Amino acid sequence: MKIHEYQAKEIFSRYNIPVTRELLCYTVEEARAATVKLGLPVVVKAQVLTGGRGKAGGVKLARTLEDAKNAAGQILGMDIKGYTVEKVLVAQGVKFTSEYYVGLTIDRNTKTVLFMASSEGGVEIEEVAKDNPDAILKFPIDPDLGMSPFMARKIAFALFNDFALVKQATVLFQKLYQIFLDTDASLVEINPLVLTDEGNLLALDGKMNFDDNALFRQKDINALLEPTEDEVKELEAKEKGLTYIRLDGSIGCMVNGAGLAMATMDMIKYYGGSPANFLDIGGSSSPQKVIDAMELLLSDKNVKVVMINIFGGITRCDDVARGLIAALDQIKVNIPIVVRLSGTNSKEGLEIIKSANLPVVETMTQAAQMAISLCS
Amino acid sequence: MSILVNKNTKLIVQGITGRDGSFHAGKMKEYGTNVVAGVSPGKGGQHVNDIPVFNTVQEAVQATGGNTSIIFVPAPLAADAILEASEAGIGLVVAISEGVPTLDMVRITPYLKKNGTKLIGSNCPGLISPDESLVGILPANIFLKGDIGLMSRSGTLTYEMVNQLTISGLGQSTCVGIGGDPVAGLYYQELLQLFQDDPETKAIVLIGEIGGDAEERAASYIKENITKPVVAFIAGQSAPPGKRMGHAGAIISSGSGTAEEKILAFEKVGVQVARIPGEIPEILKKLLNR
Repeated sequence: MKIHEYQAKEIFSRYNIPVTRELLCYTVEEARAATVKLGLPVVVKAQVLTGGRGKAGGVKLARTLEDAKNAAGQILGMDIKGYTVEKVLVAQGVKFTSEYYVGLTIDRNTKTVLFMASSEGGVEIEEVAKDNPDAILKFPIDPDLGMSPFMARKIAFALFNDFALVKQATVLFQKLYQIFLDTDASLVEINPLVLTDEGNLLALDGKMNFDDNALFRQKDINALLEPTEDEVKELEAKEKGLTYIRLDGSIGCMVNGAGLAMATMDMIKYYGGSPANFLDIGGSSSPQKVIDAMELLLSDKNVKVVMINIFGGITRCDDVARGLIAALDQIKVNIPIVVRLSGTNSKEGLEIIKSANLPVVETMTQAAQMAISLCS
Repeated sequence: MSILVNKNTKLIVQGITGRDGSFHAGKMKEYGTNVVAGVSPGKGGQHVNDIPVFNTVQEAVQATGGNTSIIFVPAPLAADAILEASEAGIGLVVAISEGVPTLDMVRITPYLKKNGTKLIGSNCPGLISPDESLVGILPANIFLKGDIGLMSRSGTLTYEMVNQLTISGLGQSTCVGIGGDPVAGLYYQELLQLFQDDPETKAIVLIGEIGGDAEERAASYIKENITKPVVAFIAGQSAPPGKRMGHAGAIISSGSGTAEEKILAFEKVGVQVARIPGEIPEILKKLLNR
């Protein structure tokens, strides 16, 4: 789960990490009032849950009140990678001498929280990682020791020469690690962390992602969730035990298991078709789940044919078959359906499907090929 | 021979009184796995499928000599259950539970290392050495005893692959589902080495998916350490960036972790990569001259 910059910085503030003075605005008028309150210059920043907003023109510096109003007017309502900007952050302009990057994430390889730091802040860190990987210093944090003062100091000395700054950074880095643990984050990032003209470290930007598996124990974080239209659909599906991700093709897929669902999409592509979605109906399959899944698939009007690919393990093929028949009784389906059932109780499942005069195939290759031919 | 589980496996089922735990304890026992005990706090003294239930793992180990445990407890309690098994001296823990918080896995890792406990999962289907021992939720009837070692990040895709191998007459020494979570126990490198050292295994199948760089690391490891033939498959070739494909780990973030990069990494070290699952048996047969 992702949150906005302003929300991440609110969390930083709670831990006494210095951030820019700023106000969240939904209208041009609010942005004008905020500018008056904060004083010029200000930076107007789109608040959208995607990266690359700077490149898209979603961040503007304003030196006059007129500039600030214009900037807010341009940015509000702007489309950034499919996200409509509904609010902007008006932040006080800060003079600074240098920019740094600090980020914490989970490292799958060392199985620790990894602290990353770079003196090349302010640019896209992915670019730095590609062009100059040595410029990003990496420190795996031992989960038993946590962020000890010596470790935070070691990282700070890697970025700063001035001992006063090292001391500031040491405290800041320990707090960031604490935030990561306390919120079950999967990413905490400050880019850039700036050194102001007054000699203070300050978070000019902030980014946080969270571990979805831990949201059950993070009520405060959960409350920050702002799903997009597509995500609302995905969340509704999740409540029903389905994992749904909409894509833009024409073959609706219903599969059990994430890996098999991906492989099914791959196979459709391999044979020249295009999948309309990723849909994992998960492990145990009640007939109701199949009905829900069918409704979900058919709510996408781009779907021209439905391909069902089930390899029974915990999932029982006869359950899927019964669910499908029940679904077809309840919902009017005007498009072809291709069914492949294999594994646990597949024989019983196939009998049920055949008695309903639906086409069944034996392998997923055949299923993909048939779905594609029915599509064109 | 085989790896990790065999005729000597004495299995303890943690969470045996739950819906999944009791069902699969029965299935594993039916398959021939030596299921010696179950654990469920507060339910000690009961029996599930004629398997004695204990309050703690330690009691279960003392009474039955269990050496392996499988975990079905709900995700919020899974990390604690793994620690309990480790503390009781269990050598191999297989965590089936899905949805375990990543930081829980990070926190328990040093303790497992200290105790020398091997972990598979969490969020995995478990493993099987056909005709010897099933420790997991895999559908036993699709497996065939043989000499192909298989490891996979996915559950049902593994079944699909195994089914194709079995139909083609290619049996398996051991099949391991390593799980789809970002932080998991034994991974490709450890399993590659175990298969390399297992005299019964003649070839290895590695089923990966998008996200992370474990496949790239596996490729480097194969180059340096593995002499047996390896065939790979990567799921998620058509996945769009930024979308988490079901598994917590399966996401292409900022252009890295793509199927393309992983396939290239394998091909660079001479590992053949099947484009569709059906190609795996053909490639194996060619490599093994069968």
